[in-house]
Amino acid sequence: MVSPDSDEALLTRLRAGDESAFLVLVSRYNGSLLRVARTFVPNDAVAEEVVQDTWIGVVRGIERFEGRSSFKTWLFRILVNRARTSGVREHRHDTFDPTEPAVSADRFDATGAWAEPVTPWESDVDDRLVAATWGPSLRAALDGLPERQRDVVLLRDVEGLGSEDVCEVLGISEGNQRVLLHRGRSRLRSVLESELAARGR
Amino acid sequence: MMRTLRREDLVCRQVVELVNDYLEGDLSRRDRRRFERHLRACPNCTAYLEQMRVTIAATGRLTPEDLTPEARDEFTELFRTWAGGGPDAEGDSGDEA
Repeated sequence: MVSPDSDEALLTRLRAGDESAFLVLVSRYNGSLLRVARTFVPNDAVAEEVVQDTWIGVVRGIERFEGRSSFKTWLFRILVNRARTSGVREHRHDTFDPTEPAVSADRFDATGAWAEPVTPWESDVDDRLVAATWGPSLRAALDGLPERQRDVVLLRDVEGLGSEDVCEVLGISEGNQRVLLHRGRSRLRSVLESELAARGR
Repeated sequence: MMRTLRREDLVCRQVVELVNDYLEGDLSRRDRRRFERHLRACPNCTAYLEQMRVTIAATGRLTPEDLTPEARDEFTELFRTWAGGGPDAEGDSGDEA
């Protein structure tokens, strides 16, 4: 069964010229599109143009979307294509050290074991609570990640694309995707760890 | 007292670097076994793994900001302009479906 607010259902309505379906899709994805666009172009104004262009591409190209990939994958691929053909900052590389550890080396003793116990997050700390309480910190931490890490985490964990789709959208290798995801998620965990520790004091 | 390490045993510092591959199902069978053996004996790494799970799930709950009313108007305008072919009827190729 197709849920009425699924992308699929909205696309069917969009094909029939339904403006409100379009606006629901825009509210759903515009924020993420802007974030990803921002990592490809030099400023917010250009990012907004690229995103607008992407939505025009959606409205005009909807008849040709055959659903071989998910709508999201298609959408982000249009975005990245538009961003790249806008010709700016294509080869910007993140300056992050690929050997940077997931957890700071000083947390471990000479044998490689944890120097201090890891405080388990209390059993009442579930992801809903974290998202509700620390959402703004988490969002800020996500925005603060090196660009490619942010793109990968945004597409994988916020948008829920699979790893193959992310590789396709961003034009990166499976191995690269893994490293970027690992670094990005590790960084977010460490931010939350600090936030929760601060709460406990 | 420190437990004796087998040569193939992982230490915590290595485990945290493998957590994501573990969650992604990307570890070889042998590495997965070593990883899980370590977890069984290590409450710290077990807590760490759980923290990663909560982090990932919480990230999945972030939602994009709501559109401002102004943005809403702009997109309504954009839709009305472009739906049905747009101001010029030129083909727009390049985004294969």
